[in-house]
Amino acid sequence: MNINPNSEKPIFIQIAEQLEDSIFTGVFPEETKIPSTNEISALFNINPHTVLKGMNILVDEEIIYKKRGLGMFVKEGAVGKIRQKRQGQFYEQYIASMIEEASKLHMTKEEVIALVERGYDNE
Amino acid sequence: MSKIQIKNVTKRYGDVTALDHVSFSFKSGKIYGFLGRNGAGKSTLINIIANRIFPDEGAVFIDGLPARENMDVHEKIFCMSEADLYDTGMKVRDHFKWTGRFYDSFDVEKAFRIAEEFGLDTGKRFKALSKGYQSIFKLTIALALNVPYVIFDEPVLGLDANHREMFYSLLLKEFEENERTLIIATHLIEEVANIIEEVVLIDNGRVLLQESTEELLETGYCVSGFAKDVDAYCLGKNVIGTDELGSLKLAYICGEKTEIPQGSSLQITAMNLQKLFVKLTGKAVDGNAVAGNAVAEKGDMKL
Repeated sequence: MNINPNSEKPIFIQIAEQLEDSIFTGVFPEETKIPSTNEISALFNINPHTVLKGMNILVDEEIIYKKRGLGMFVKEGAVGKIRQKRQGQFYEQYIASMIEEASKLHMTKEEVIALVERGYDNE
Repeated sequence: MSKIQIKNVTKRYGDVTALDHVSFSFKSGKIYGFLGRNGAGKSTLINIIANRIFPDEGAVFIDGLPARENMDVHEKIFCMSEADLYDTGMKVRDHFKWTGRFYDSFDVEKAFRIAEEFGLDTGKRFKALSKGYQSIFKLTIALALNVPYVIFDEPVLGLDANHREMFYSLLLKEFEENERTLIIATHLIEEVANIIEEVVLIDNGRVLLQESTEELLETGYCVSGFAKDVDAYCLGKNVIGTDELGSLKLAYICGEKTEIPQGSSLQITAMNLQKLFVKLTGKAVDGNAVAGNAVAEKGDMKL
């Protein structure tokens, strides 16, 4: 995890995104405990209220849940849920900006598609 | 009623008005950043809250009780001040013992524990401590005191980077374990930017703004690009400062963001708390007098 105080993104959103990423990549597997607000707060020197606000985003998205007295746990099916969400955002986050940049560079649709194909060939 | 309420406080030193009819509150359960330039009136107000000096007008109330010469608020508030008010010939461990006599809520064991964490030699006399360790000594006492309101006036003066990080971690741990109101007055703004939940900015003896850190950071931003595009974008916005780099212009704005016109050269970037502070309070040193005064006129404006 890495929190960038100079980013345009509010800190609580960065916390939510980083935790989500760690869950998605399996650092925190499903049905295991994630670090407490206390631990995150002390490690990055961030106000615990901000950390909690970030965690609550993931609670609302049903990616983590609170076990009373034990802390926050990753929900079963969280990884699938994150994948679905990110697939939904794929067009907005990657394709739209790629097309915008390509048109700034006066690249044609065919050229862009050829590059995408080259990318797949190199994989 | 759980708050420190500052009501219409004025303090004059001869011809100088250090505080000019200041009114606001520190609410319970938050970490505040109390910011202002040198001579803005921070320490004067802290000293009034801590009952060390008295206002010429107005009053301070702590949980509804007048703060002035009132033993009932003694156990409610503690102020770690920049000035050294301790008996310099007394040993650290004796200071701990005596603080315990003056405050019921002082946790002596915790003080020794924190001292050990910082590597503070409790057998040394106050005057034998280095500047950094004198600060650490004062911090230790403040951290070990379990009162609902703690004010830290320049808490990390002379501390090295490791000790500063340690202090912030300890402070947050304390806050997490036992939620109360912590007020930090500091010039090292970026270091506390993520710790403080709300900012009170004081300038020329008046409250310039009181705002949640998050909202403040969201409303403050920088737009850059060709000067004429930037000027057009800034029309009707609250510009708090500008910089120029050849034909590139940077404007610092407080307020709502509007869409950048399509295909323009403009770029919007975030402004950090320190930059925002410098631009909002910079009128005394740079040329943005008009913008600066416009902000000051509004008093405790809502951005």
